[in-house]
Amino acid sequence: MKALVPVKRVIDYNVKPRVKSDGSGVDLANVKMSMNPFDEISVEEAIRLKEAGKIEEIIAVSVGPAKAQETLRTALAMGADRAILIETDETVEPLAVAKLLQKVAEEEQPGLIILGKQAIDDDANQTGQMLAALMDRPQGTFANTVELDSDSVTVKREIDGGLETVKLQLPAIITTDLRLNEPRYASLPNIMKAKKKPLDTKTPADYGVNIAPRLTTTNVSEPPVRQAGEKVEDVDALVTKLKALGIA
Amino acid sequence: MKTLVLVEHDNASMNDATLAAVTAASQIGEVHLLVAGENCAAVGEQAAKVAGVGKVHVADDAAYGHMLPEAVAALVVDLMGHHDAFIAPATTNGKNIAPRVAALLDVMQISDILSVEGDKTFTRPIYAGNAIATVQSGDEKLVITVRGTAFDKAETEGGSGEIEAVSGGTGNGLSEFVSQDLAKSDRPELTSASVIVSGGRAFGSKESFHELLDPLADKLDAGVGASRAAVDAGYAPNDYQVGQTGKIVAPECYMAIGISGAIQHLAGMKDSKTIVAINKDEDAPIFQIADIGLVGDLFKIVPELTEKL
Ligand SMILES: Cc1cc2nc3c(=O)[nH]c(=O)nc-3n(C[C@H](O)[C@H](O)[C@H](O)COP(=O)(O)OP(=O)(O)OC[C@H]3O[C@@H](n4cnc5c(N)ncnc54)[C@H](O)[C@@H]3O)c2cc1C
Ligand SMILES: Nc1ncnc2c1ncn2[C@@H]1O[C@H](COP(=O)(O)O)[C@@H](O)[C@H]1O
Repeated sequence: MKALVPVKRVIDYNVKPRVKSDGSGVDLANVKMSMNPFDEISVEEAIRLKEAGKIEEIIAVSVGPAKAQETLRTALAMGADRAILIETDETVEPLAVAKLLQKVAEEEQPGLIILGKQAIDDDANQTGQMLAALMDRPQGTFANTVELDSDSVTVKREIDGGLETVKLQLPAIITTDLRLNEPRYASLPNIMKAKKKPLDTKTPADYGVNIAPRLTTTNVSEPPVRQAGEKVEDVDALVTKLKALGIA
Repeated sequence: MKTLVLVEHDNASMNDATLAAVTAASQIGEVHLLVAGENCAAVGEQAAKVAGVGKVHVADDAAYGHMLPEAVAALVVDLMGHHDAFIAPATTNGKNIAPRVAALLDVMQISDILSVEGDKTFTRPIYAGNAIATVQSGDEKLVITVRGTAFDKAETEGGSGEIEAVSGGTGNGLSEFVSQDLAKSDRPELTSASVIVSGGRAFGSKESFHELLDPLADKLDAGVGASRAAVDAGYAPNDYQVGQTGKIVAPECYMAIGISGAIQHLAGMKDSKTIVAINKDEDAPIFQIADIGLVGDLFKIVPELTEKL
């Protein structure tokens, strides 16, 4: 069985994003970019399933600029077998990403597609669910535990009230949550080896998908800033403050 | 515009998260509700009493009993012939279902809206709330999820919605519900608690987390939250996580105890009315947004605070 793992190149999670003064967006010039953290978890999960003998081949795919090659090389260095870059400098919204992934899935026929639950730049939390809908396949979002069998996958999901377990017929779509696993670091020898692994480059036009955005962003602004208050000396002072505010 | 709002419920009662979505919907157009579930008539009756509600569509079918997204999305798509916007609370359930509806309608979803700015124009947070985008939809129909803390809750009394039984698609039958493991707690739910005490990695163990925070929460009738680090370490269950990728809360008072204040954590609590931080590191980033800070060792401070309250 093949696993398809979509990975997105995003601002590194340690960087504090800066809004451009003209309101046109967030300043990404000279900012450290990395693989979306949830996608690292997806790659890791696919590798573990391969190590367990349940997956034969892992294909990483990214939609984005030429530099997203770096993100794909990271996936390859972690343990993916080959990669596909669908190259474009345009903004590609989750719906269009899902349509492109659907085309890749039609070609590759993976039994499992593992996405991140959320990209930490657009915070959309949509692509996996959209892909599942377009393919008319079942979805296991916010996965905490994944158990793969030959024709089904059982997913324990992180939900607002606790955990929920669902069983899905394959092919199925999964989105990863933080507790699913702890992603490995690529070792230096594996980073070297990854340079020789196959990486195909395509364009959205190759798949015949119209990626024109449906949403227009008219402005991007800073959120209201919160001023630091004051520090109190001791617990008594804290209690007095809380009482004054009617909290205690 | 006619909106269809997904009611969040457990087949017995309506969840509060619905009420903020109703308020957002009322700013967009006429409010119709959808109760999809199994033996959920009581929820339909509660929903009909929500102020400002027009029709309440009740789809009572075993297929919707566990809100499987494959089934509920198929139903919603059938009902969207008569509605212009589908609106769900940005809960794990809403986030599971709404994008599926959007893709089936060939619409780009607008996630987690903070405000309604005009016809098809909304604001929403991006980059962990470090930026607020104003976005306008060019799609014919709208699919939206609503951030619960950004809108007032609609009144649960005073409405006289008209209940109507509906039916529709039940999905592809390729998924099944297996089991649920829901935390049972007498404490207020995080998203509706007026006080939250929240603990981080500094607690060091599950035992300390509970021994220290539970009595404090009891004194304040507070909900208990946690940072990702505390959840990852197993001190608290996953549904305690507050932050960019956990729950978004805005209580009257949020106490961050032994939490450093990473941007991902701030994203989930920085709209709280009063923020209290207790941390032994006087330079911890959490102090930059705290109204009241106390520098010191939580293992000393928390028991003393609990006693003196
Ligand atoms: C994709 C992604 C998503 C994430 N989503 C979230 C999210 O939703 N929510 C979230 O919280 N995090 C999230 N994070 C993690 C976030 O980046 C931080 O790692 C996390 O919030 C840190 O948790 P913490 O503050 O408990 O731990 P730490 O950063 O380790 O801080 C512990 C703090 O405790 C203080 N301390 C230690 N001992 C004591 C003591 N005895 N008394 C008092 N103070 C003490 C220290 O000074 C320190 O400030 C996410 C990260 C990623 C990559
Ligand atoms: N441009 C992209 N290229 C590859 N995968 C993507 C892209 N955008 C989104 N994804 C996948 O979809 C997940 C959720 O993204 P989003 O719906 O944008 O929050 C990510 O974690 C990725 O797995």
